Amino acid sequence: MSKEWPLWEIFIRGQHGLSHRHVGSLHAPNAEMAIKNARDVYTRRNEGVSIWVVEANNISASSPSEKGPLYEPSESKIYRHPTFFDIPDEVGHM
Amino acid sequence: MADVDKKMLTQFLLRMGDNTLILGHRVSEWCGHAPVLEEDIALANTALDLIGQTQFWLGYAAEIMGDSKTADDVAFLRDVWDFRNLLLLELPNGDFGQTLMRQFLFDSYQSILLPRLMKSSDQHIAEIAEKSSKEVAYHVERSAETVVGLGDGTEESHARMQAALDRLWPYVGEMFSSDEVDAAMAAAGIAPDPATLREEYDALIGKVLAEATLSIPDSDFTHKGGRNGATHTEHLGHLLTQMQWLQRAYPGATW
Repeated sequence: MSKEWPLWEIFIRGQHGLSHRHVGSLHAPNAEMAIKNARDVYTRRNEGVSIWVVEANNISASSPSEKGPLYEPSESKIYRHPTFFDIPDEVGHM
Repeated sequence: MADVDKKMLTQFLLRMGDNTLILGHRVSEWCGHAPVLEEDIALANTALDLIGQTQFWLGYAAEIMGDSKTADDVAFLRDVWDFRNLLLLELPNGDFGQTLMRQFLFDSYQSILLPRLMKSSDQHIAEIAEKSSKEVAYHVERSAETVVGLGDGTEESHARMQAALDRLWPYVGEMFSSDEVDAAMAAAGIAPDPATLREEYDALIGKVLAEATLSIPDSDFTHKGGRNGATHTEHLGHLLTQMQWLQRAYPGATW
């Protein structure tokens, strides 16, 4: 068994109404201490109102080597962007 | 301000401010040396909180001393015999476990004392207590959790935490040894007699230390002499040479 504490990914909500954003990672023995460590490492300058922690090995990620099949097909499908509508002048800035 | 002997009030404020100053300095000694980065930052935060609280306590003490003294004068231009901190807080850090055990023993005390001070008849003291109490609530949560984690951890961490408790226990009683200053503060409604906090303190630490599978030593012996300044340990002078050297070497130096 590894003696290292597990790695945790840290997500912080900067203010009410915004989403939690990934800010970095740190080590901690459990979720409670991960939140405390995140508070000490990432909110020292008043950066947050909420903290989420996720043990890093619980995150499944897409593989960089598959980026061709995964993302390239959408590059040529510009009709998926809602840019082909005529917007009436009365609507103003959107 | 409540009607009370100013010398007595000053003594009380020095006790509060010297506690946070000396512990803050001790904890800051870990900066760059803690076992893991996360703990290093957490300890530095704690040290900064304590120094911040010191500015309020010693600032108020300086105000009462008059003579246009500042919190800096009080912190950096007094010698060992003028300090009124608990002996517990001037002891060297020892290992990480001993540092956290000391932190827990003091945080617990503060977490019980500060809510009482928030009802002080002295408005200024009530305000300082109110501001400090949020920091202390976090400190005690963190130090208690670490004491439990290490006490109820591996064979080695348990042994180290028990050794830390055995080493520090004889310094706990001083927190509750009242004298005429405490009697004057209690009579004026400024601060509780610390002896009245003991029961609540024992309940709090008893719960956490039991969870940490640690045994409280079966002894009432208490080292005293810090909070009344009668007999500090040999360690305080060495600490002050580090903490005060800049103001001593370059009097009046500023940023």
